[in-house]
Amino acid sequence: MTALLEIRDLSAKAGGKSVLTGLSLTINAGEVHAIMGPNGSGKSTLAYVLAGRPGYDITGGTVQYRGRDLLSLPTEERARAGLFLGFQYPVEIPGVNNIYLLKAALNAKRRAAGQPEVDAYEFLQLVRAKMKLMQMDESFLKRGVNEGFSGGEKKRNEILQMLVIEPTLAVLDETDSGLDIDALKVVARGVNTLRSAERGVLLITHYQRLLDHVVPDQVHVLARGRIAKSGDKSLALELEKRGYDWVLEVA
Amino acid sequence: MSSDPRVRENKAVETGIDALLARTYRHGFVTDIDSDTLPPGLDEDVVRFISRRKKEPEFLTNWRLKAFRHWLTMKEPHWAHLRVHPIDYQGISYFSAPKRDPNAPKSLADVDPKLLATYEKLGVPLHERARLAGVAVDAVFDSVSVATTFKERLAEAGVVFCSFSDAVLNHPALIEQYLGTVVPHTDNFFAALNSAVFSDGSFVYVPTGVRCPMELSTYFRINAKNTGQFERTLIIAAPGSHVSYLEGCTAPMRDENQLHAAVVELIAEDDAEIKYSTVQNWYPGDENGVGGIYNFVTKRGECRGRSSKISWTQVETGSAITWKYPSCVLKGENSIGEFYSVALANNYQQADTGTKMIHIGANTRSTIVSKGISAGHGQNSYRGLVKILPSAHGARNFTQCDSLLMGGNCGAHTFPYIETRNPTATVEHEASTSKISEDQLFYCLQRGIDEEDAVNMIVSGFCKTVLDVLPMEFAVEAQNLLAVSLEGAVG
Repeated sequence: MTALLEIRDLSAKAGGKSVLTGLSLTINAGEVHAIMGPNGSGKSTLAYVLAGRPGYDITGGTVQYRGRDLLSLPTEERARAGLFLGFQYPVEIPGVNNIYLLKAALNAKRRAAGQPEVDAYEFLQLVRAKMKLMQMDESFLKRGVNEGFSGGEKKRNEILQMLVIEPTLAVLDETDSGLDIDALKVVARGVNTLRSAERGVLLITHYQRLLDHVVPDQVHVLARGRIAKSGDKSLALELEKRGYDWVLEVA
Repeated sequence: MSSDPRVRENKAVETGIDALLARTYRHGFVTDIDSDTLPPGLDEDVVRFISRRKKEPEFLTNWRLKAFRHWLTMKEPHWAHLRVHPIDYQGISYFSAPKRDPNAPKSLADVDPKLLATYEKLGVPLHERARLAGVAVDAVFDSVSVATTFKERLAEAGVVFCSFSDAVLNHPALIEQYLGTVVPHTDNFFAALNSAVFSDGSFVYVPTGVRCPMELSTYFRINAKNTGQFERTLIIAAPGSHVSYLEGCTAPMRDENQLHAAVVELIAEDDAEIKYSTVQNWYPGDENGVGGIYNFVTKRGECRGRSSKISWTQVETGSAITWKYPSCVLKGENSIGEFYSVALANNYQQADTGTKMIHIGANTRSTIVSKGISAGHGQNSYRGLVKILPSAHGARNFTQCDSLLMGGNCGAHTFPYIETRNPTATVEHEASTSKISEDQLFYCLQRGIDEEDAVNMIVSGFCKTVLDVLPMEFAVEAQNLLAVSLEGAVG
């Protein structure tokens, strides 16, 4: 098994405050990992640090991604190397067509891989197929990026982008929160479509219910900036029943 | 070389600068045919000289003189939100006949490679690049045949499209009838100056019921080169006619002239429509704010007839200082005025721009969409007047005014003036100010898009409603131009 992502003793500060405190985690190709944990335990920070968002000080540790030092790469190069972040709160970019952003993103990745830019017709076919899977109306393509989208539409749009870009490692930050059960199933279907022997997925979630639809290989509990407990799917069920306190006490 | 006899008759004009002027004139006019350039300075003789050299009819000479005398009584305006270095009006040469510059580059190989790289990025056609870079005309033969073909098609439709000077010679009655009827010579300091000394410009006349068969652009009118700092444009759309005029060019004009004071007058008769699109990219000065054009322009259109329409669209990315307010006087019942604008101020550029919509006729309508982008130390002001006169029953205006800020050292300002003197009128004003947020930038970067492309994408999205109303090929170039103008604005 090859390790896609190897995080070792990662520590990070935001606004002078320690948020990650020696976090270690390995995701192998083909695996889906879920990270759960109470508010403020560092879940979103982990996602942002992996993606390279400004505003975080890395104070210790290393992150290897497909054998490269991830933290030394600029944000856009991490993305082109196959790291995708599904945002918890996708931002609106008024006036920029969804399809335009999608195409620019796909082409950026293709160029980096030495592939030719995608042909306009082929691209449209590809996007249409993925939209059908996500049960999205084609009018989405002509709308501004996330402009005036409902919460659920924004999340679907994130998964649509993921399906078009086809990342090697997808980090999904609470993609399930705020979704009704039907939308949750659609999003889960999207994630399951991406699953393959070469890819990895890191699901950050508050709720066990997503894991009914996307079954993880491992579940981790994040507490005070590090992994407090790991287990299989049954850990999520246990957390659902007992809450986080018992894990925190042990940690 | 002989001095001009009129100089010796020089009548003193009652201003304090005469002493200075007289000194200059000791050297007299340079009358050598190949190098017809006046020494710096301005008085009635200069005005007369210009008019005579252009073989103008008497009415025009007198009109120029009237304008000049009025100009002397006026003060340079300082109400705009601009910092302007003092302009020495006596330090400017007001006449330079079109001539071949012996120092002009002989071919593209002689042109500054930095400039060529910019043209390349903008996608300017090769022969146009040569023209812009000032390559000698005979090297640019491509566009000559293009221009001829277009002239034939226009002539067939009965459309007059020529330089202002040609129009004065060939259509003096039209000039006498329409010149100064929209922007009178007394209008403002710069318009008065322009009226006195204007060099050349464009003239368009579209006859009754004619839909102009193509977009008119100075690009195809190669005889309009060297129109200089005081350009004068007059467009007349007779009843039921339609014309779309494209002004300017999207590539950077490396013109070192300090002051550009142009006047544009549009007249739309009954059911006529004029669409006037500008992409202005004069030299903005360097990144430290040194040099650059002062672009002080008076543009005004009059919807004289019923159900006529005048639409201004502008993308302003150049000039050190832009001071212009393309306006519409809506006289005819049911007439429509529109103003769509993108103004960008980067580095130390300053822009004070907007529009005036004067509603006079009943049921007149106007729309204003202004998008201001400020970056670097740029200062961008929107200044707009919506005036509804008592006669304008049922008049309507909608104004949307958005500002986008990039970085912490720039500024955006909005000065809307609304005067309503008819209770049946409806005036709406919407305004917003936003920053390119870290979140938007990070979102794009996370999708693998590099920073410069991301900024361009966000800016284009911001300007979308304006870019959408530009003629298509112009819109693409305008978008490239915004990108080039913002290079290095972030990061």
